[in-house]
Amino acid sequence: MVNIKINGVEHAIEAEADMPLLWAIRDLVGLTGTKFGCGMAQCGACTVYVDGSPTRSCQTFIGDIDGAEVTTIEGLKGKVAETVQSVWAELDVPQCGYCQSGQIMSATDLLASNPKPTDTDIDAAMSGNLCRCATYHRIRAGIHEAAKRLEA
Amino acid sequence: MIPKLMQSMALPARVEASRRQFLLGALAAGTGIAVGYRLLSASPALAGEAQAGNDSHAFSPYLTIGGDGKVTILSSQFEMGQGSYNGIATLVAEELDADWSTIDVKGAAGNIPAYGNIAFGGTMQGTGGSTSMSTSWERYRKAGAAARAMLIAAAAAEWKVDAAEITVENGVLSHPSGKSGGFGAYAAKATTMPVPADVKLKEPSAWKFIGNAELKRFDSARKANGTEQYTIDVKLPGMLTAVMIHPPLFGAKAKSFDASAARAIKGVVDVVETPRGIAVVGEHMWAAIKGREAVTVEWDESGAEKRGTAELMSTYRDLAGKTPAAFARKDGDAEAAFAAAAKVIEATFEFPYLAHAALEPLNAVARRNEDGTIEIWGGHQLPDVYQKLASEIAGVPVENVRLNVMKTGGSFGRRAVFDGDVVVEAVHVAKALGFRAPVKVQWTREEDTRAGRYRPAYVHRLKAGIDADGKLVAWSDHIVGQSIVAKTAWDGMVQNGVDPTSVEGANNLPYAIQNQTVGLTTTDVRVPVLWWRSVGSTHTAFAAEAFLDEVAQAAGRDPLEFRLSMLEPQSRHATVLKLAAEKAEWQKPLPEGRFRGVAVAESFGSVVAQIAEVSTDGNGIKVERVVAAVDCGLAINPDQVRAQVEGGIGFGLSAILGEEITLTDGKVDQGNFDMYTPLRIDAMPKVEVHIVASSNPPSGIGEPGVPPIGPAVANAAFKALGKRIRVMPFAKSLNA
Repeated sequence: MVNIKINGVEHAIEAEADMPLLWAIRDLVGLTGTKFGCGMAQCGACTVYVDGSPTRSCQTFIGDIDGAEVTTIEGLKGKVAETVQSVWAELDVPQCGYCQSGQIMSATDLLASNPKPTDTDIDAAMSGNLCRCATYHRIRAGIHEAAKRLEA
Repeated sequence: MIPKLMQSMALPARVEASRRQFLLGALAAGTGIAVGYRLLSASPALAGEAQAGNDSHAFSPYLTIGGDGKVTILSSQFEMGQGSYNGIATLVAEELDADWSTIDVKGAAGNIPAYGNIAFGGTMQGTGGSTSMSTSWERYRKAGAAARAMLIAAAAAEWKVDAAEITVENGVLSHPSGKSGGFGAYAAKATTMPVPADVKLKEPSAWKFIGNAELKRFDSARKANGTEQYTIDVKLPGMLTAVMIHPPLFGAKAKSFDASAARAIKGVVDVVETPRGIAVVGEHMWAAIKGREAVTVEWDESGAEKRGTAELMSTYRDLAGKTPAAFARKDGDAEAAFAAAAKVIEATFEFPYLAHAALEPLNAVARRNEDGTIEIWGGHQLPDVYQKLASEIAGVPVENVRLNVMKTGGSFGRRAVFDGDVVVEAVHVAKALGFRAPVKVQWTREEDTRAGRYRPAYVHRLKAGIDADGKLVAWSDHIVGQSIVAKTAWDGMVQNGVDPTSVEGANNLPYAIQNQTVGLTTTDVRVPVLWWRSVGSTHTAFAAEAFLDEVAQAAGRDPLEFRLSMLEPQSRHATVLKLAAEKAEWQKPLPEGRFRGVAVAESFGSVVAQIAEVSTDGNGIKVERVVAAVDCGLAINPDQVRAQVEGGIGFGLSAILGEEITLTDGKVDQGNFDMYTPLRIDAMPKVEVHIVASSNPPSGIGEPGVPPIGPAVANAAFKALGKRIRVMPFAKSLNA
C-alpha cells in the first residue's frame, strides 16, 4: 500500500509498487483529467505536479513516491493557473483538447518560475508537450497573454 | 475524406469536376434528404429518438431544450477537435436566437434520415471530407428556426397574444405588453405545437453568431480544466479494461497462445482470443498492460506481408518509370507536346506511409445491457457502419445497438474505418467474456502506431515541357501507390481503374496547361491504408506545387508570377495567391538568411495559398513564418477557420519534417513518439491566416490548410539550400 496525497486528499492506494502514478490517478482514484498518450514520457499529456514539480505520471511509479503530494489538473489552483486557464478559453487555444491538461500544467509551471518568458523560453519549457492538433501557435500566444495579465 | 469518395461515385465521367460545384448542386437540387423542418413534420416519431435527459424537451432529432432553458444540440457530425460541434451550435443558436452560454452539443447516431450526410448522398451518417458545415448549413439552421417558431407559438397561446408580436432575443421571448419569459418556461408546451411547414431563415445582415469573429468556442473552458470527457474517460460499474495483442505482421494470424503466466498476474481477469488478436483483460489498464507482457503467442505468418520499405519503394520507383495502368486525366496530346518542347524536365517524388497518431490512442467501450441491447461508447466517425458490424457480431438486430458518440482526442480520419476496427474489437472482447462485464478496449501508443491504416506511401513521376517563350505546354504526373477504397465496401468508387482518392489534387490542377496526363498505377500491398487529413492532396499537392517551382525555375520565371500567368485573374486560386502575396510582401526583399516559397491547393471545395518563410544555418532549415490566405466560402466561425488553418499548417509541416512509418521485413519499425515524431512547439512557425470574404455556402476547412504547407516550405528550402526536396521526410532529401 502506498500513501499519496492527491489534490489535498490522502489516498491509501492498494496496488503494486510498480504501478505508474498515471493509472493510479485515473483507474484507482478516478480522476480523468490527466491523460494517457504514450506511456513513456514522450508526449506530456499525463503531466502532474509531484511535490510541486511537473512530472510525467506515466513514468512515475507509485512505490517511489510514498508520502508525496500530487496535484492534477483537477486540483490546480492559484492566480497563475486560473489566469492561464481563463486565457486558454478566451483565446480558444484547445482543439480536441486531449493534451491541454498537460499543456496547462507545464504552462503554469513555466509562468510561476519565469513571469515574462520569451518565445525561446516557451519553446524550451513546452517542447515536452505534444499537441497533435498543433495548437502551438495559440499556446505561445496564450502564455504571453497570461504573462501580460499577471504582470498587470 | 469519405464524402469526396461518395461525390466521385455520383459524378458521371468528369471525375475532375470540382467538389464545390457538385456540393452546391446537391444542396440546390434538394436531394430529398431530410432538412430539419421537413423531417420534423414528416416523422414525429423521430423526435422521440432525441436523446433527451430529465426535464428535457425534444423539438426534433436535432435539439432539445430543458426546463432550465439549456439548449442541447444533437450533432450528426462527430467532434475530433475540428470544431464541428461549435459550428453546428452557431447555426442553431443563430436561428433560435439562443443565449450562447446555455448551449451544449452532444453526438447523435442511429437515425439515418435525420443524420445522413447530405454530401454523401444522405444515405449514411459520417464525418469526413471536411463536409460537416456544408451538410449542416441548411439542416441545422432550419432546426433552430423551427424550434424558435414553436417556442413563439407556445408563448402566444399562453399569453393569448398574436405570435407575430413576439420577439426573441438571447434566449428570452418578449411581448410589447411587457410579458416575457425564458425558453425553459415554454419548452414543454412548445413541443406540442404544430411543426412549421416551412421556416424563413434570417438574412445575413441579421446574423449575430454566423460570421462573428469574436464568438468563442462553447467547449474551450472544459478543455482547459480537464473536465471534457473522451472515450478513455468512460467509467461504468464493473467495467474491465482490455489491451490487445495484434499480429506483428499485417495478414498474420494467431496460431496458439499461452496465457498461463499472464493469468497469474494480480489484476488480470482473463485472456481471450478474438478474430483481430488476443485481448488481455484486467481490472484496470496497468494490470492489462502487465498481463500482455506475459502472454506468448505463436503466429501463422504464411499469408502476411513481409516486404520492407526499401523493397516497396524500389518497386514503386520502377513502376513510376513505366506506362501507367490507368489514366485519371488526358488533355490534348502530351506526347507530341513533349516532343516539340524547347525544354523537358523530370523529377521523382517519394512519400512514406504516415500514421494519424491522434493523441488519444484508439479505444471503445462495449456493454450488453439487461434488456439485451448492445451499447458502445466511442469515436463513431462512421456510426451506421459500426452499428451494423456490432449487430452482426453480437447477434442482435441493428436497432438494438446503441451508439454513444464520444468526443475524441484527435482522429484526422483514423476513426472512419470500413471494418470498425477498435469498435468491433470492443464488441468481440465483450462477447468473448460472455458479456459478463462492460469492457473498455484501450490500445497502447505502440498498438496505435503499429496497427496500420496509414496514409499510403506513394511515388510520383512528373514531367514538364516548356516552349521557347518559357510557357508550360505539357505536363504529366504518374502516381504509384495503394488504393484506399479498393477491396473495401467503397470499392465501387474505383472507376476505370482510378481510385479518386489517389489522384485528387493532381487531376484537377487549376492551371491552363493544354496538354496533360495524370496516370495511376495502383499497387497491391497488404499494409492497411486509410484517409489521413486531406487524403490525396497530402501528396498530390506536394508533387504538383513543388515540381511547378522547378518548372518556373527552368523557365526563368518568378514562381508566383508563373502561377498567376496560368490562372484566370478572378479565379479563387488567383485571389488567394494574390492575397497571400500581398500580406507576405512577396515583392519586398527579405533580410539576409531568410527565404520564401509559395504554394496553392484546392481541397474539399476550399482553396488555400501559403507563403512560407524559412531561415537556414546552411545545413537545415527552420520555418519561421507562414502567411495563409483561404477561400472556404462563408466562414461560419472565422476564428475557428483560422484555428483549423493554423493547426493544418502544423499538421502538414509535421509530416514533411519528421513523420515516417517504415517496415523491415513487413514489420513496422516505429512504436512510440521516440521513433514516430510529430511536430513539437519549437518547430512551429508564426502563422497568419487571412480569409477571403465570401457569400458562397461554406465549404471545407478541417483539411484544406494541410496540403500547401509542404510544397511552400520545400520551395523556400530550395532557395535557402539549393537542394530540391523530393523525398519525404525532408531530412532524406537534405542528406541525400
